[in-house]
Amino acid sequence: MTSTDRRKGNWTARLGRRLDNAVPPGRRLPDRQPAYVRSWIYVFGVATLAALLFVLASGFALAIGGTTWWHTSAVGHFLNSVHLWSVELFFVCMTIHLWGKFAMAAWRGGRALTWITGAVAFVGSIGTAFTGYLSQTNFDSQWISTQAKDGLNAVGIGAFFNVLNPGQMLLWHIVLLPSVLGVLVVLHVILVRRKGVVPPIDAEPPARELPSRPLESRPAVPSTPAETPTRRQP
Amino acid sequence: MSAHQGLATAYVHAGVVQISVANLIVIALMLVVFILALVLPFPHSRDVEAEDDHDQH
Amino acid sequence: MNAAKTRRDKTPDAHLFPTRPYDLVKEFVIAVVVIGLLTFLLAGIFSSPDKKSISLAQWAQNAPADVVATAVGELAGTTTSATYGPPYNNASTGQKLGPLSLQKWAGVRQPVNSANDFVIRPLHDVSAADPALRAALTQWTGASSQQQTAWAQRYADLLARRPNAYLAGPARLGFGPVPIIATRYLALARTGALQSLIAGKSAFYTSNLTEPLLLLADGAYLEDVARTDHLGGDQWGMMNETGNYPGQPWMWLYTFWYQIKPFSTSGNADALVWGLMMALTAVFVFVPFIPGLRSVPRWIKLYKLVWRRD
Repeated sequence: MTSTDRRKGNWTARLGRRLDNAVPPGRRLPDRQPAYVRSWIYVFGVATLAALLFVLASGFALAIGGTTWWHTSAVGHFLNSVHLWSVELFFVCMTIHLWGKFAMAAWRGGRALTWITGAVAFVGSIGTAFTGYLSQTNFDSQWISTQAKDGLNAVGIGAFFNVLNPGQMLLWHIVLLPSVLGVLVVLHVILVRRKGVVPPIDAEPPARELPSRPLESRPAVPSTPAETPTRRQP
Repeated sequence: MSAHQGLATAYVHAGVVQISVANLIVIALMLVVFILALVLPFPHSRDVEAEDDHDQH
Repeated sequence: MNAAKTRRDKTPDAHLFPTRPYDLVKEFVIAVVVIGLLTFLLAGIFSSPDKKSISLAQWAQNAPADVVATAVGELAGTTTSATYGPPYNNASTGQKLGPLSLQKWAGVRQPVNSANDFVIRPLHDVSAADPALRAALTQWTGASSQQQTAWAQRYADLLARRPNAYLAGPARLGFGPVPIIATRYLALARTGALQSLIAGKSAFYTSNLTEPLLLLADGAYLEDVARTDHLGGDQWGMMNETGNYPGQPWMWLYTFWYQIKPFSTSGNADALVWGLMMALTAVFVFVPFIPGLRSVPRWIKLYKLVWRRD
């Protein structure tokens, strides 16, 4: 067995290569972007991420005092307000981001999975917010739970996902759903970095001039991990 | 369209649609921000280089 | 070639285009600062709503006739929870989504016997020092279910005509032990002990409030309070919040269907709306693969604003 064969059989090496190629070097934290990235519409993705940070941080802080702390503590109530408004900003920015990405048909060029992870994260965010409303331990929770149960029971989900059980709903809100959402967001951002920002509709890159140095002397940088360095993206 | 001013809340009715003033403001602001994002010029560098020497994006 | 792309998708690689300097980290930091400032400003100025929950004691205090009518309805087996079906009981087969009886197929996973769990058993637990109540409960449990239903339904009909009839002295014959049970129940609710008698049972810790919530929702008071805040289903309540706060505008399409026929008049409205929204969600998620829909951006031409040459 050659040393290459031994490396191929080495799970650690294979995982390392997969992780390296998920976002090739040079694309992880690039200090340049395509010249067509020149619009305020592009800031709403990062704004959504920023809002999500505040949602998580304020949720973390609320957890310190527990589920009923905010009813009797001014600090707790303020943190609840931060949590509410960061969630509102999160949805506002995410929706504007969605409108922009639809207008740009941003799924083109092999970016369908970027769209799908974003869309599923959007729907998952609604579910996460829903369990949050159920965890307020106030009138809102009483009303929302007794109403929402009808929709969920009607399709059999309520038999297992009991919105009238605050203990269950709280754990879905702070453990299960944020974890799944976190994975989706990470995948989404990795895909954006890996593929680059989608070119304008019907745009063509400028014709290449004669290179200033021979192609062979340049380091080979694959456009996607699975492809050889010289193959262009179709 | 009619606006109903309750003790603490305001709602707008238009046919079968009922929406709170607070929600209406949020939606209107979102539309305004979206339009502004599309039309306002974005500050950018004039230092454009061909892709050849970089794979930094 | 990437097999996931269609033949006609000739979108070039983004990495072939000219570039300009762009500072992603600075952009992120600015976004965090701006969003943070906005968040704290909004939280400081507008705060957040916190409408207190309704305890069963408050329900009894503010709407005693409703508590009595609800208790009698539980005994008569006519309340929402008593006639619900799965996952609480088999009183009905539940809603259908076309030919699919999803509610029924899920089964009775959270068994609830409204009359016994909400009314009889809690009263039994406090009847030791109340001979009249003990006698009433003995008479009730010793009667046939048809007799029980007849008593309760007759008293429910009286209360529907005269909601405060329970305040009158001993009731005439024909209602059995129901009037005594109802008035004792109201007194028990007023003490505040009812919720722990229902939800606590023999367990010390309980995080499952299914039964007290079902009981509360069987009455009219909860909905009356909700409707003053425009939270009712026909008020687009799903989008709203208590007080003058923005709620959940993103629920607009989900609640819209409930406002129009055939959903607004269908007994299967919840199942139908859910099914429709799941289908629309699938369309949303799979836009890139839907011919026509994925061409809408090209038709509406908003992209020309994004990528215009200044």
